[in-house]
Amino acid sequence: MTSMEPTPTPALDLTAKLSWRVAKNAIMSGLMLTAFLVVAVPLIAILWSVVGKGAATAFAGFPDFFTAEIPVVSRRAGPGMGPAILGTLLVTGAATLIAVPLGILGAVYLHEYGGNRKFARLVRFMSMVMTGVPSIVMGLFVYIMWTLTFGYSAFGGSLALSCLMLPVVIGSTEEMLKLVPGHLREAAYALGTTKSRTILTVVLPAALPGIVSGALLAVARAAGETAPLLFTIGAATAYNPQLFDGANNALSAQIFTNATSSFVAAQNRAWGAALTLVLLTFLITLVARVFTARLALKR
Amino acid sequence: MFDRAMDLRGSKAHADTAFRWGTLVAACLVLLILGLIAVTMTNRSWPVLSRMGLDFFTTKRWAAPDGIFGALSFIWGTLYTALIAIALAVPVSLGVALFITQIAPPWLKKPLVYIIDLLAVVPSVVFGLWGVLVLSGKIQGLYAELHKGVAMLPGFLIPALVLALGVFILLGQRRSTAGWALAGLGLLLLLFGRTIPQEIFGPSPQGRSFATAGVILAVMIIPIVTSLSREVIETTPSNEKEAALALGATRWEMIKAAVFPHSKGGLVGAVMLGLGRAMGETIAAALVIGSATGQISMNVFAAGNSMPATIANEWGEADSPHKSALIALAVTLFVITIVVNLIASTIVRRSMARSAGKRA
Repeated sequence: MTSMEPTPTPALDLTAKLSWRVAKNAIMSGLMLTAFLVVAVPLIAILWSVVGKGAATAFAGFPDFFTAEIPVVSRRAGPGMGPAILGTLLVTGAATLIAVPLGILGAVYLHEYGGNRKFARLVRFMSMVMTGVPSIVMGLFVYIMWTLTFGYSAFGGSLALSCLMLPVVIGSTEEMLKLVPGHLREAAYALGTTKSRTILTVVLPAALPGIVSGALLAVARAAGETAPLLFTIGAATAYNPQLFDGANNALSAQIFTNATSSFVAAQNRAWGAALTLVLLTFLITLVARVFTARLALKR
Repeated sequence: MFDRAMDLRGSKAHADTAFRWGTLVAACLVLLILGLIAVTMTNRSWPVLSRMGLDFFTTKRWAAPDGIFGALSFIWGTLYTALIAIALAVPVSLGVALFITQIAPPWLKKPLVYIIDLLAVVPSVVFGLWGVLVLSGKIQGLYAELHKGVAMLPGFLIPALVLALGVFILLGQRRSTAGWALAGLGLLLLLFGRTIPQEIFGPSPQGRSFATAGVILAVMIIPIVTSLSREVIETTPSNEKEAALALGATRWEMIKAAVFPHSKGGLVGAVMLGLGRAMGETIAAALVIGSATGQISMNVFAAGNSMPATIANEWGEADSPHKSALIALAVTLFVITIVVNLIASTIVRRSMARSAGKRA
């Protein structure tokens, strides 16, 4: 960072009347507070609708809603999101198993081996670009690469979600590896340990809480994704515990289908599914926060 | 070099090399996936792209049964809704970021950040569900009122107000870019486009429209724009802020003199990343944009369609050439968002590097 351009002259004009300056400051501070309230309004409104309308459906005749199959005739009232819940868990779980190990390995390459080399810088940059690829594009990509040949399955959805999660896990893991102090590595080398052993037994365990927390946030985002699943998992209404075989379903995909339905019964099930999905993602986020807090305690 | 100098590892050397290659392969996966996306999707969409040629991007007629695919109206819808979202989200995000970093007492900062992050966790399909079943019904009354209000005003009034605002800013600060931009825009509208405000706030046939999609997208990108802005603003060196305060500046004057000049580049980058997100968002837009194909309208209250929304809505009943056209839409979207993101991350990186250099 050698570019020492002159600091821009600050536009600090204090010649106006003091009362006007103080008033302006108050107005601007007020606007900032208003901005915060403006953000709070939609958040509260959405949670209000989801909890208000969702709870009535989801907890009527508990636990039917969470276990029954999805009605094939969508105008029929009554419970049923079980297959979609199982599908979401299956798809997201498999995506996590694919993306998290690969993402951690990729980050280990970037930080422990690649460092500031040209190739590592390229991968780092492209990984940042990849986080911006729209999720629907990932869905179509997996449709072409997998679904066209093997048909609808939960695994297709997992592939699409893992493509979305990979760059996020790489990014958050690398940030955590940066925080591991260099003297830990040096101490391990001094004992004659190989580099791979040092990474596996010293560096990664030291960074673990942060890595887990970052990965869980990626999982929470992935669990709510819809667009990549539209082309890859199908729309089954019955339970399908097979990962690789046959059409499956997911909460998000089912909410999308029901939201466009004109039948109140289907809309109600969408609200119930939305409540379930929001609870699931909030729960995962909460666990991530616990790990972050643990990290803070350690320091 | 280091490895070779003290090779005390004996038989473990193989495991070490294998691990190293394993990490390299994982890192290469990023490049592989991006490359494969570009190649396979272009390949799949080629039948339509080669047949339609440039017409795919420059005409608006989209008629699957006739095999005619012009994506212009979807490109327009994508850009227009993203612009509405940015126009709504940026002032709010900036305000929240400034509130959290400059005004809120330290004990309040963390809870405030949590609340904003909570918004980022809500799945997009839930925003869409709320948008289509709750918001779009309630907000139409507001649209109708806005349309009536703007239609009642004399045509020159809004351009004149924009011009006046620009001149007012310029009187206070002669070199303000925003001031010149507003004044120029007001003057242009006053001379050539006095009906444009009335066209923008046109009649509202239904609640699902560009504007509703813009509102939902704005809520969805506020968390990311806020958190990036917050990071950028926090790199302002405290000695510059304290210098301004020591000269007797109020907090707002300090923000103008120290925070804004310092973080301008990073804030532009944050806004562009938000723009990329807004353009790629599918599900929420698909539910509230109104799915009106072939609409290119300035009227924010008209129903329209965007590229990702069209893909999501039409995929189910698409035959083979239609699917190929939808994949062509995805390729277009991919290219646009990649370009926007490349520019954005370059700007952010540069401004971060510069401020790091200044501090050192």
